[in-house]
Amino acid sequence: MQIYLPIAEMPVSVLLILGMGAAVGFISGLFGIGGGFLMTPLLIFLGIPPAVAVATQSAQIVASSTTSVLGAIRRDALDHKLGAILVAGGFVGSALGVWFFAAARRAGQLDLVIVVSYVTLFTVVGSLMLKESIREFWTKRKGGTVRLRRQAGEHASYLGWPLRMRFYRSKLYVSVIPILLLSLFIGFAGALLGIGGGFIVVPALLYIFRVPTTVVVGTSQFQIVCTTLVALVLHAVTNQAVDMVLAILLIIGGVFGAQFGARMGRNLRAELFRFLLAILLLAVGLRFALELVIEPQEPFSITVQELRE
Amino acid sequence: MRTLWLLLITLASISSAPAETLITSLSNHRVLINSNYTGTSIAVFGAIERDAQTVARATGYDVVVTVRGPRQFLVVRERERLGPVWINQEQQKFPQAPAYLSVLTSRSIDEITSVQLRQRQQIGLRAIINSPVFTNERGAGADRDFREALYRLKAQEGLYLEDERGVTFLTPDIFRASIPLPATAPPGEYNVEVTLFADTVILASTITHFELVKTGFEEQVGAVARDWSLLYGLATALIAIFFGWLANMIFRRD
Repeated sequence: MQIYLPIAEMPVSVLLILGMGAAVGFISGLFGIGGGFLMTPLLIFLGIPPAVAVATQSAQIVASSTTSVLGAIRRDALDHKLGAILVAGGFVGSALGVWFFAAARRAGQLDLVIVVSYVTLFTVVGSLMLKESIREFWTKRKGGTVRLRRQAGEHASYLGWPLRMRFYRSKLYVSVIPILLLSLFIGFAGALLGIGGGFIVVPALLYIFRVPTTVVVGTSQFQIVCTTLVALVLHAVTNQAVDMVLAILLIIGGVFGAQFGARMGRNLRAELFRFLLAILLLAVGLRFALELVIEPQEPFSITVQELRE
Repeated sequence: MRTLWLLLITLASISSAPAETLITSLSNHRVLINSNYTGTSIAVFGAIERDAQTVARATGYDVVVTVRGPRQFLVVRERERLGPVWINQEQQKFPQAPAYLSVLTSRSIDEITSVQLRQRQQIGLRAIINSPVFTNERGAGADRDFREALYRLKAQEGLYLEDERGVTFLTPDIFRASIPLPATAPPGEYNVEVTLFADTVILASTITHFELVKTGFEEQVGAVARDWSLLYGLATALIAIFFGWLANMIFRRD
């Protein structure tokens, strides 16, 4: 069954879009990430204009993350205070990111900046996580204890900087400064790459701040809902590239997928969870790296330049 | 010498112009896009009228139908090797490229008329794409690869095509052609130029238009997104939150 998309100005298969929404929603619910870095390339591959793809998939992220946040609130797996600080820093970071985006475009190297940032971010974050989880597996097999949970007196020095705050739900008593720095960076990368930044928040909260896995997913989803809502409205106003029909199809597929993902995520062992996320990030990073290195079959590409009157 | 030759051709076309009249008609001047639109085709009908003085043509008539879609500003980029990576380097701008371009002919374009006439009158897909006004030229034919790439990529999407069996003569004086419009052809104004040839010379030509427009729900969504963008964005956000909440209620079991 085909349906015509009014903003993308092309027909798509309804079942295909529903299926894509469900698949990405599943991964999003499972890992507590937005899934934008998976959905955008898929939509572009279908022939949907890149601007429409980036803008519209943010609606799907809002929907699936709302579901996760509501679920997290019910299970008391959301740290409001931590989430609010992440959001506040994220907005400042986004503004910086938008400014850098324009500067790179003026320099004519935006494509390169984006691909290189993708490759470095995903491979660095992915391989750090993979290393951690392999070490975990080993210590477990040798009968040792996994020391992911904090122990008394074991703190990195930057956690003890001034302006310390107590986060009861995350069992944290740390300085606000490293958390704000993290959220600044996420907002910056998000605006530059058109992603929610969940895949940076999750490992950072897990490994740097040692927040419990259950709280990490809820809190990161909260941060994603807030930033993506702003992005969605901004895209609609500045680019007029949000396709409502496509958004609704993606949302319907996505919310169901996210439910099953979230349910499965709760039954997943913590080490396996981190291992799978590491593999996913590495795979995406590798895909972008290959695109950069392998000789293209078709070296030419067409882009439609917007005529602004 | 060349000027003289051109003059002769011009004189020939002027003197023969009143002899034949071309009448064309499209099956549809307004194609509506609704929610199950998956592309369409438009029929062109034409008749060649001859008056009493018209000389008998030794060869038959030939017809070329050229369809041009709305203009787009296209940029073609080429990825080249830089150290270990392949990145976009050279680019070529096509400021007035038609989003859709098809040339339907009654037989092979090479047999219908000469290369010179094709280039001058922009008859045939190659002549249009290789014409000097299509893009700014570079030295040593460096723009050639970019023109070829544009053609190749557009042809893959079914947006640029040339069909040498696209025009069929029903009788020696009446012909029809079918313009295939893929679903990805954008809404807008389309020009249909029908040119009549006999013995490699242009006898007559007509230009008609058709419009590809969104209707009903599709049109309203487009209009709201354009004119009420803030409201539209907020509405989409609300829909997204509503669906998220709904799913949470439906799946509430634990």
